[in-house]
Amino acid sequence: MSSGRRVSTGTLRCLGIESTADDFGVGILSSDGEVLANVVSTYIPEKGGIHPREAARHHAEAAGKVLIEALEEADISPDEIDLIAFSQGPGMGPCLRTGATVARALSAYLKVPLVGVNHLVAHIEIGKLTTGAKDPVTLFVSGGSTIISAFEAGRYRIFGETLDIAAGNCIDVFAREAGLRPEKGLPVAAVVENLARRGRRFIPLPYVVKGMDLSFSGLLTAATQLLREGRHSLEDLCFSFQEVVFSMLTEVTERALAHTEKPEVLLTGGVAANRRLQEMIRIIAEEHDARFCVVSKEYALDNGAMIAWTGILAYRCGLTTPIEESQVKLRWRLDEVYAPWVEELKGG
Amino acid sequence: MLIKKGAEASLYLEEWHGRRVIVKRRLPKPYRLPQLDRAIRAQRTKHEPLAIHRAKEVGVPTPIIFMVDPSEATIIMEFVEGKTVKQVLDEITERERIDLCTRIGELIGRLHKGGIIHGDLTTSNMILTSSGNVVLVDFGLSELSREVESRGVDLHLMKRALFSTHHKYAEECFEAIIRGYRDVMGAEATDEVLKKIREIEMRGRYVSERRLPPKT
Repeated sequence: MSSGRRVSTGTLRCLGIESTADDFGVGILSSDGEVLANVVSTYIPEKGGIHPREAARHHAEAAGKVLIEALEEADISPDEIDLIAFSQGPGMGPCLRTGATVARALSAYLKVPLVGVNHLVAHIEIGKLTTGAKDPVTLFVSGGSTIISAFEAGRYRIFGETLDIAAGNCIDVFAREAGLRPEKGLPVAAVVENLARRGRRFIPLPYVVKGMDLSFSGLLTAATQLLREGRHSLEDLCFSFQEVVFSMLTEVTERALAHTEKPEVLLTGGVAANRRLQEMIRIIAEEHDARFCVVSKEYALDNGAMIAWTGILAYRCGLTTPIEESQVKLRWRLDEVYAPWVEELKGG
Repeated sequence: MLIKKGAEASLYLEEWHGRRVIVKRRLPKPYRLPQLDRAIRAQRTKHEPLAIHRAKEVGVPTPIIFMVDPSEATIIMEFVEGKTVKQVLDEITERERIDLCTRIGELIGRLHKGGIIHGDLTTSNMILTSSGNVVLVDFGLSELSREVESRGVDLHLMKRALFSTHHKYAEECFEAIIRGYRDVMGAEATDEVLKKIREIEMRGRYVSERRLPPKT
């Protein structure tokens, strides 16, 4: 990033584009934090997981429609946009490149600055904006990430993360192995949640916590083996599987909370929608006198609004991304991002 | 008197047969299913004193264990007077810091050489006594292993703790730790572990892929 040409003091409107994985989203926000539009189109694989090339094809096809819908929802014309933000990483290459291409084209056409945004930072920032959290320990759990983070000295530091697969991915793969499919618009993880609610008997499964880091691959293997053996009911297995995954997540979040003594816990990412996980994190937050904040589904899943908001935050600190530095960063870590705006927001 | 409420257990400073002792209680975690909770607490309560004892055998100072009660998930142990390395690290000179970290590295080396993985190497789990000894505490997540993978993860956690809590001098501290570690473990084993740490940092799916932490 480099210093911006102009840093306006009036109200800005930023259009943000999200395209790290299976969602193509466009959000429009004003600099006072009002969400003017938030439209998402999701690629749904016919079977199996996300194929990056197929997802990127979906994004390219959906881009025009989603953009127009967002502008209509915000009820503004393109020339009222002051800033274009896009998710520059981390994520799947073909998906990221599709979003970046749309962003560069819009920025050049509208002659407005471009801001490349870290997807993980954006999840935390929109969570803070929509829940009012100021300085939280964040548990971000999705299909691609499992990160426990808190802000220290200019950056969102990573206190814990998965040593192998993401928790959401672990749940999705388990569900597919169990032959479950998305039902009535519910993602497959929600199907697992519903089955788990009817489970009664707890079946021991590997529980692997190393300091503040987690490992899910052994648990996934063990659970899949039990599925194949067929000795236990699917309800009991879903129940036990969920209990172990979420207990592990809660244990490390509590450890980070005890270590940092932050006043809030922010739960976000696709898995944040799970009621049982919410219940567990709420309990530890209360025990440590921290406020429990859970991000609503619209903003916990991948969305363009979070990119737009983070774009505004960065831009107000004079950070923009010239075209020649706008290449996507597939492995852009959360703690690589310099986030000067956080200190300012903490006070206000 | 409650002196520390962690994620894992609560520590109480108490009088016990005329001694000042630490009572470590793994309290039930209300978020966890009772069955799962009981199993985890009992397992860790039984395991921790064993690892602490093993550490003494390989010359790593650890608290004396007075009593273990798995059914109540309680351990009574020596109260080690001193400051945590977390507190001390910010108060001392660079030379002292390097010296301290080198000694910590030696202790970790002795543990690993003896087949013990600490499991939660942070600067809060090391106490510098007034006589200048470094005592390692909290073996609640330890395991017995001689695998390079386990050693790598153990040191990776140490590195992470340094970079997230003491980012200003994390680099020099970690280098000093590795020097001390190398003195005990030898060059070959150390290089193997360092290679493993890099591999761990690069591991994972696209988002969780690792890179070296940023220099700040």
